[in-house]
Amino acid sequence: MSLLTTILGRLIKAAITLLTIAVLNFFLIHAAPGDPAAVLAGEAGAADPLFIAQLRERFGLDQPLCVQLWSYVKNVLTLDLGYSFRQGMPVYDLIASRLPATLLLTLSSFIISLSLGIAFGVAAAARVGKASDSLLTTLALLFYATPLYWAALMAVLVFSVQLGWLPGFGYETVGSGYTGLARAWDILQHLILPAMTLGLFFMAVYMRMTRASMLEVSQMDFVKTARAKGLSGPVIRRRHILRNALLPVVTLAGLQAGQLIGGAVLTETVFAWPGIGRLMFESLEARDYNTILGVFLVSAAMVIVFNILTDIVYRIVDPRIGAKT
Amino acid sequence: MSFWKRFATNRGAVIGLIILLAVVTIAILAPVIYPGGPWKMVQRPFLVPFTNEALPLGTDTLGRNVAAGLVHGARVSLLVGLVSTVMALLIGVPLGALAGFYGGYVDEGAMRFTEFFQTIPNFALAIVLVAILQPTLGSITLAIAIVSWPPVARLVRAEVMSLKRREFVEAAHLAGLSNIRILVSEVLPNAVSPIIVMASLMVATAILLESSLSFLGLGDPNIMSWGYMIGAARTVIRSAWWLSFFPGLAILLTVLALNLIGEGLNDAFNPHLKKGRT
Amino acid sequence: MSDPILSIEQLTIDLPAGADRPHAVEEVSFDLNKGEVLCVVGESGSGKSMTANALMGLLPDGVTVGNGRAVFDGTDVLTLSEVQKQALRGARIGMIFQEPMTALNPLMRIGDQISEVFAAHNLYSKSERRARALALVKEVGLPDPEKIIRAYPFQLSGGQRQRAMIAMALALEPEILIADEPTTALDVTTQAQILRLILALRDKHGMAVMFITHDFGVVAEIADRVIVMRHGRIVEAGVAKRVLEAPQHEYTRALLDAIPTGTVPDLATVNTAPALEIQHLNKIYRTGGGPFRAAREVRAVNDVSLTIAKGEVLGLVGESGSGKSTLGRAVVRLVTPDSGKVLIGGVDLAALDERELRKQRHRVQMVFQDPYASLNPRHRIVRSLSDGPIAKGVPKRQAHKRALELLEIVGLGADAATRFPHEFSGGQRQRIGIARALAMDPELIIADEAVSALDVSIQAQVLELLADLRRKMGLSILFITHDLRVAAQVCDRIAVMQHGRLVEVGPVREVFHAPKEAYTRELLAAVPGAGWAVDKEDAIA
Repeated sequence: MSLLTTILGRLIKAAITLLTIAVLNFFLIHAAPGDPAAVLAGEAGAADPLFIAQLRERFGLDQPLCVQLWSYVKNVLTLDLGYSFRQGMPVYDLIASRLPATLLLTLSSFIISLSLGIAFGVAAAARVGKASDSLLTTLALLFYATPLYWAALMAVLVFSVQLGWLPGFGYETVGSGYTGLARAWDILQHLILPAMTLGLFFMAVYMRMTRASMLEVSQMDFVKTARAKGLSGPVIRRRHILRNALLPVVTLAGLQAGQLIGGAVLTETVFAWPGIGRLMFESLEARDYNTILGVFLVSAAMVIVFNILTDIVYRIVDPRIGAKT
Repeated sequence: MSFWKRFATNRGAVIGLIILLAVVTIAILAPVIYPGGPWKMVQRPFLVPFTNEALPLGTDTLGRNVAAGLVHGARVSLLVGLVSTVMALLIGVPLGALAGFYGGYVDEGAMRFTEFFQTIPNFALAIVLVAILQPTLGSITLAIAIVSWPPVARLVRAEVMSLKRREFVEAAHLAGLSNIRILVSEVLPNAVSPIIVMASLMVATAILLESSLSFLGLGDPNIMSWGYMIGAARTVIRSAWWLSFFPGLAILLTVLALNLIGEGLNDAFNPHLKKGRT
Repeated sequence: MSDPILSIEQLTIDLPAGADRPHAVEEVSFDLNKGEVLCVVGESGSGKSMTANALMGLLPDGVTVGNGRAVFDGTDVLTLSEVQKQALRGARIGMIFQEPMTALNPLMRIGDQISEVFAAHNLYSKSERRARALALVKEVGLPDPEKIIRAYPFQLSGGQRQRAMIAMALALEPEILIADEPTTALDVTTQAQILRLILALRDKHGMAVMFITHDFGVVAEIADRVIVMRHGRIVEAGVAKRVLEAPQHEYTRALLDAIPTGTVPDLATVNTAPALEIQHLNKIYRTGGGPFRAAREVRAVNDVSLTIAKGEVLGLVGESGSGKSTLGRAVVRLVTPDSGKVLIGGVDLAALDERELRKQRHRVQMVFQDPYASLNPRHRIVRSLSDGPIAKGVPKRQAHKRALELLEIVGLGADAATRFPHEFSGGQRQRIGIARALAMDPELIIADEAVSALDVSIQAQVLELLADLRRKMGLSILFITHDLRVAAQVCDRIAVMQHGRLVEVGPVREVFHAPKEAYTRELLAAVPGAGWAVDKEDAIA
């Protein structure tokens, strides 16, 4: 199988998954207690019966369920995710305006957690059983057990409130009028705390995995072969152990992408980061189901894109995949 | 060495067990320790901790006893963690076992289904489910179970697939035993240890999930929980640090304890493996 | 030949506390001479591999050299620093291992893995390393060298990987090559080729070879001198011919006696009534296959017809991938054949549905290969032996009674019944496996590589038991093995399989002494120490 057919296959699978989620969304709307029209309108703002009636007609809510399903899915396929009556704009536009902030946050968080996690994992495995290994493993164990949002709050408390080193709120300094590099620097400062606290848990996950994987691979026969060749310890670790040990970490990183995006809801809530996670939180408070389901769909799409990317990385790293004759 | 002896040689696991037993005891005795419940206003709001002996951890924004909240909150954390894990096992174990044992189309179907649930970002799904079903203890538990069974199914499937090719299972086929009997009495008992290890880690994850949902305001409004306490204190973090600090610490310790126990169980079940596997 | 290049003096290797014995190797002394092949022979746990690993400085964690010296070129290699050992490894002492499948890095091209040896010792430029790698690949006889050096290990067969390993070990023309069971995981014909290659390279480069093996056939094939180890000590040492023909120590003698000799038994009077009739059996495996890829087909069993008479032992031999195991599994219906008949006692097992099959299962039973996987670790022995009969309808009390009897019959004693599998050794478990098969009163027993996982001395005991049971109970057995010697010893007739087809069937004497087919001849010629075995047989006769 060539890379192209793999990607094609993955895209087809992705389309099916998204379609299924759209169908799931549809049934969720109907599972919500109360009139679907009221659900779509948002509870509080739906007092006006005339408005409800209009909605009912617009969404064809009087028609049989399967017809409704069809029109709903058709809408989703044309990127019509409905209208947020709360925010007074189409859900698609709403999400599109918030997405860049979330992408910035999750991607930087992913890169930080993966690189630091692997680095610490390698370091711990190289010193297995020694004090520095115990320290790193204990820290990983702690971060692994720390609630994301609590770590975020404590970081705000320490680095923003107590020490005043970094801003603990928002995406950029409001009304500062920065442009160009100054603005980028400002955003970067705002980014550090959210990205670090979101990445903390995942860093622990990657570190534990890397360490375990390094130790496991170092027991393998080909490592003994490498030693029998007269290679030095560092060369063996880098060329033979690390490359093989990273394979399961790549797989895990792909699987964890979904968690990262879920975690963004919490982090963005704490830091008032204007991304889709924060949007979801605001919509929860406002019971704006249309927006909630829209964010849900988009986050699933993000995970799928991410999984395809990890698949491609995996195929590049491991010659065995897809090359089997 | 017996299983418990091996477990006891792992210092972390023993510490974890002690912490967990303490949390469980506190949760059980909550109505005895603070019979008034966690909701009652007992003092002026924002009472700083360690200033009043009766209220060692201070009071919250409405003058409620933080310590009472913690003690009562332990109940919901443990309950949701345990029940949702049991539910997830009830979905994941049979599905994974059937997929692994029968293979073919059964496996294909079951794994596509599992994969679908693994692709969906699970916290986002939990949020949507609880939001739509309205936050109650039942809906929260259900939502957590729904997002946490896929790894169980995958684990059990992998175990069953490797076990079913073992010669003793083939011998059982040759002995004329029925498939169901082979699955239940020959295969699954040999897959119990990894399932137990995973279950203990799942309880930990479920507690984190529950607290996260409550933090976002998706907790059962009638039940005090640690996540809710932190969520309610989020906006006053600058003036009243202790309102978020103590519940967070409680979550951390409980989750840590369960993870330590999980690792200890894993090492005790697999004495030949080196320490440090995830 | 007494030109020692390596002298080992009083070597003792300590095992970590809590191991089953304090020393892996105890007070071992021997010389390795220039240009000779020294075979170190022993059963598992004899300490033969530990000795080699100690020389290379590759002992597992926790295992340490307790005492002794290993003098190579005037220095004691055991006391060298890690950096000095690195300079020695690969350059002056090369090593190859047992498992060619796992001994190569799966993510690196073969050429890079060979060039790496030069890089490790800071030799040559990049292009020269490549040229030398190419030359080495040619020298070890790998086909299409240009392609091989760009290939990844998974694209090579087991034999090719072992050749690649040898290329790496020889890259810097070491004075010593340590080979740790390098052919154990290979098929006989491949094994023969690798052994020839090692001998040819020794002749060409004049290096000393320390060859570790458990197989006296291999010893007869290549050894100049032999050391026999047991429980960490040397029990016998000497010139190969002398040790093989006139062993001094009783352990060596026992080991040599335990080897099936290829002594062909007289043809048993065979009952003409068939215990098993296989008619035109076919099984095709399809792998892969998806929306974007065509399925791959392997004809594991290709139109095989075969009969086993009542009371007969038929040996089914072939190399891995020949389809012999699939055929055995198709007979017991662990694999459902695509077409053809499997008639046992007039019932076509291949045609039964699930429910009917369950009722007829008892007619044919199997003794499995891996003694450690063939018993449920969570069930007591009595349960493993009586679950089947009870499912068949035998009253529980009677089934338990029979289980105890059978444990006596296979030589374990009735008190084994209440114990768990982990309390038994490999050989004992294999006895339990045999008892389990007998408990069902089968008309036919399939023994699938039933002694392959055992040490020779244990192997001999289990074979003895099978022969004994056969005499007493008149068992019909389909004996599947890759080991022609074992087959010759216990079987009445031999069937040879290759690529899913039955190549040749006939009485043992005919197949072994007058094979009709070319493949059979090839297989027989590849058996290590074939000539020596014939000599030994004649000596006995």
